[in-house]
Amino acid sequence: MPDDIWQPKLDQYLDSELSAEEMRAMDAHLRECASCASAALGRLQLKRATRLAGQRYTPSGEFRRRIEQQLAAKSRVRRAWLWVPALVTIVVLLAAVVTLGRWNQRSPSEQVLAELADLHVADLASPTPVDVASSDRHTVKPWFQGKLPFTFDLPELQGTGYTLVGGRLAYLQHEPGAQLLFSVGAHHISVFIFRERPELERTFPVHDSTSRVLSFHVESWAAGGLRYFAFSDASPEAIEGLCRLLKQAGA
Amino acid sequence: MPLFDSLYNFAHWLTQNREEAEDLVQETYAKALQGFGSFQLGTNFRAWIFRILRNTFLTSRTGLAVTKTVPLEDEDDQGQTVPVSRETPESILLAQAGQQQVQAALERVPVMFREVLLLCDVEEMSYQEIADTLGVPIGTVMSRLYRARKALRAALEGKGQEAKHA
Repeated sequence: MPDDIWQPKLDQYLDSELSAEEMRAMDAHLRECASCASAALGRLQLKRATRLAGQRYTPSGEFRRRIEQQLAAKSRVRRAWLWVPALVTIVVLLAAVVTLGRWNQRSPSEQVLAELADLHVADLASPTPVDVASSDRHTVKPWFQGKLPFTFDLPELQGTGYTLVGGRLAYLQHEPGAQLLFSVGAHHISVFIFRERPELERTFPVHDSTSRVLSFHVESWAAGGLRYFAFSDASPEAIEGLCRLLKQAGA
Repeated sequence: MPLFDSLYNFAHWLTQNREEAEDLVQETYAKALQGFGSFQLGTNFRAWIFRILRNTFLTSRTGLAVTKTVPLEDEDDQGQTVPVSRETPESILLAQAGQQQVQAALERVPVMFREVLLLCDVEEMSYQEIADTLGVPIGTVMSRLYRARKALRAALEGKGQEAKHA
């Protein structure tokens, strides 16, 4: 079947809007057709980039408090005069929130991990996964100077089995940070470095063990006012080995 | 507060102004509380409250200005017969553009297309939910999404005029 039959359906495929049968057929076609697979990858990258770019604005704390107070005040007035329908409303709202929470909302830490997973996957899928390509830490580290409000140290990797591929800027919760790409064997490990902030600590508390999420392993630690995340599909041991070297370099 | 962060982000993208976005969210919650009786149990709460926000925006001064200036012809064009352009692969565009460039491109996409992109790709709504939110048929959602993505590609390429008339 020619590509112009399949390609118009790519958006629906990536939006999960095709029927199960069509999804299977598209899956099979993409495995065989390099042209459509390439187009699908491009559209997926655009979709991910839109998602990341679209999560741009957050309400201020002052505005949040103002709305909460106004809603609370309205609820009090309603309780005074119409307590029965108000009670029903609150119960239904709570049910809706609980339902929505289960159905759609990710926990803050899951959002952080999903964001990092997106960055890691999009990076590997990119034809230019790094903006500064060098295995020399003395080239990569200075590249970030003037681009980030902090500095960090990188370990000497000669003879360790790990290779520095390069780095690029990354954004997490609207804060800039460094994304460093390392290779070990056939795998790549992304190490993200951001400034430690109360918001980050609240949404993703430090836990010094490697955990598995979204088919990836992730390890996070804090040192010197910075928060580190190592993200990869490599084995936990491979990730821990690199993390150990990074911790020693930052010590 | 249900969906507070999502509603605010959506409102800010629509209005492109912090104060207007705050007013819009505030009015949305007020209307939602006032009109909760119109919400039918078992239907989609998220689509319902996003629809209130969007309708409130469309009747605001900024929203009225937007609807007067955005062409929405060819609603039936669902992109099914338009050949896919291979001259500007997204991977090349995105490799050259950072997140700020994508945000800037998204700003240049007309608001009627921007909103459908945000609902689909950021809020991860299904086509049916988007149709419920916008009050249009699913075919129109698909058509707008197709044109929205085309406009975003054009904006990423720096073709402002193409983005406006995608």
